[in-house]
Amino acid sequence: MAEIFTISLIWSTIRLTTPLILAALGGMFSERSGVINIALEGMMLAGAFTAAAVTYAVGSPFVGLLAGMGAGMVIAAIHAVACIRYRADQVVTGTAINILMIGVPGFLSGAFFLSSGSTPQIPREQLIPWTPILIAFVSVPITWYVLYKTPFGLRLRSVGENPEAADAAGLPVTRMRYAGVLLSGILAGIGGAYLSIGQSSLFTRNMTSGRGFIALAALIFGKWRPVQTMLACLLFGLTEAVTIQMQGVVKLPSGEDIPVQFIHMVPYLLTIIVLAGFIGSSRPPKALGIPYQKER
Amino acid sequence: MNLLRELLFPLIAVVVAFLIGGILILLIGDNPLQAYGLLFGSAFSWPVGVGYTLFYATPLIFTGLAVLVAFRCGLLNIGAEGQLYMAAFATAWVGITFANVSSWLLIPLCFIAAILGGGFWGAIPGVLKARFGSHEVINTIMLNFIAVALLSYFTQYHYKTPGDPIMQTVPIGEAAHIARLGKFIPGLPEFIPLNLAFVLALICCGLVYLFLWRTKWGYELRATGTNPTAAEYGGISVRKQIIVAMTISGALAGMVGVNEVLGYRYRYYDGFSDNYGFTGIAVALLGRNHPVGVIISALLFAILQRGGIPVDAFTEHVTKDIVQVLQGTIILFVAAEAFFRGPFAKFGLLKRSTV
Repeated sequence: MAEIFTISLIWSTIRLTTPLILAALGGMFSERSGVINIALEGMMLAGAFTAAAVTYAVGSPFVGLLAGMGAGMVIAAIHAVACIRYRADQVVTGTAINILMIGVPGFLSGAFFLSSGSTPQIPREQLIPWTPILIAFVSVPITWYVLYKTPFGLRLRSVGENPEAADAAGLPVTRMRYAGVLLSGILAGIGGAYLSIGQSSLFTRNMTSGRGFIALAALIFGKWRPVQTMLACLLFGLTEAVTIQMQGVVKLPSGEDIPVQFIHMVPYLLTIIVLAGFIGSSRPPKALGIPYQKER
Repeated sequence: MNLLRELLFPLIAVVVAFLIGGILILLIGDNPLQAYGLLFGSAFSWPVGVGYTLFYATPLIFTGLAVLVAFRCGLLNIGAEGQLYMAAFATAWVGITFANVSSWLLIPLCFIAAILGGGFWGAIPGVLKARFGSHEVINTIMLNFIAVALLSYFTQYHYKTPGDPIMQTVPIGEAAHIARLGKFIPGLPEFIPLNLAFVLALICCGLVYLFLWRTKWGYELRATGTNPTAAEYGGISVRKQIIVAMTISGALAGMVGVNEVLGYRYRYYDGFSDNYGFTGIAVALLGRNHPVGVIISALLFAILQRGGIPVDAFTEHVTKDIVQVLQGTIILFVAAEAFFRGPFAKFGLLKRSTV
């Protein structure tokens, strides 16, 4: 067993955790303001594709990263307008965006790169393997500070808990919610960009492969709080890292590989258990999922 | 007038989605009319196009009905994907394990396996919601991933032909095969996998209608969906209804297993579902959560799915991804229908009060 717990495991955990932290913190801003965000997956895909495509075209990963943030924000804006302005069902809208974002990158790469869903390879010197990691881990204390120590955070939390009271106190409920959702798009966009121009060197079809949902799981497992959510992300990142390191190295006494599928299940099982209240209770913001309509 | 209104917004959503898709196609330098011609033309050609369209519609009718039943009880089942996987595997397991039993016994057994497999996986989030109040949306998402991992384990380690590079189980017994419709319909070749499960899907639409609108149980379920507090005062156990609705919903999604395993591939194929569960949400929503609407919108999405293939092959730049783009856009507009209500109210076409 000892051979898998090495420095490379720690390094691998950090790399696998980075996109989760970014997306989960994004989800936190949205959900704390009262808007369910199961569209994190789609926002990450938008960020990943745009970052890779722009980096390839312009040659600068920082421009690519900015473009990825922008793309995440545009998708978030669609989610926000549908959910806040037109009071659409937030889960259904999120699902629609996820389906849309399976299609759009493929559609665009077919048109621009004549490929079936991936961007061309980006040269090694145009990748940014470090910056997003830094952004992710620095974002945790910043998010904590913003949520709990600034008027903005207090307002955001109060429109997510009790929009009527917040409205009565004169807070701009809709504007706060727009801010929450847009921030989630920016962060998820960076998370996606890290996948395409940080961890690997191109965008491939559906390259997030469910990371948006694992981030959502981490957000719930972390009880919608920044530090706990980061720890949850680290735990889920570690389980993935262990799975990768174990493959072909650690064998069962019978000589077979250990089935990785059971390790894959861990984040999802833990989320169900914590949501059911077996490990402390994970309570969502009170007004989560409820569109707000101002009294006339 | 009421019916008209029910039809109006889904129709507008579809038209607007196609307009947006058309603009996108134009922007990347292809001809939208040609692309849409290919999209619809192939779906309506007899017999191959029609056969495949109806075959693609079959799982979507089942998942659409699954979402519908849960929705009528006020629940959003986005776990049809996991439920249909569990059911398909259970069906295949029975078909493999009892391969030598006669058809008369084996096919009903396989059906029961599909119902139980899907129903069980649907019941879990139902019980979790009824007992602990945890949100079914999160739990169904998590259970989708758990189902995929679990079944990939069983396929890989226990039910695969040794040495087979494809992630699929050994075949089921021939006694478990159900007939393809080509057997009964002259001119429809038997290589088209359209099978009796399609008929079953139509029957299920009828049954769901009768259950929801013609029985006491269906009434209780809908009452819970409309107003749980009032239902509780009226002596209906909301917790029980939640569990019942999720179980029926899962069982309906599980019927996809019959189509896939008994009528098409004759084995469990890992990852066979082309987002059927998620498309089911679109089908139910576009179909106004009514069985007849579900059939119509399942056909529409099946046409898109079938038509994506020639679009991919015969246009310069447009790939089959246009199908997902259209699907996503349609759902988005159906969900945000208030977007269209505004302009209609402005021109006096709808009373202000409905906005």
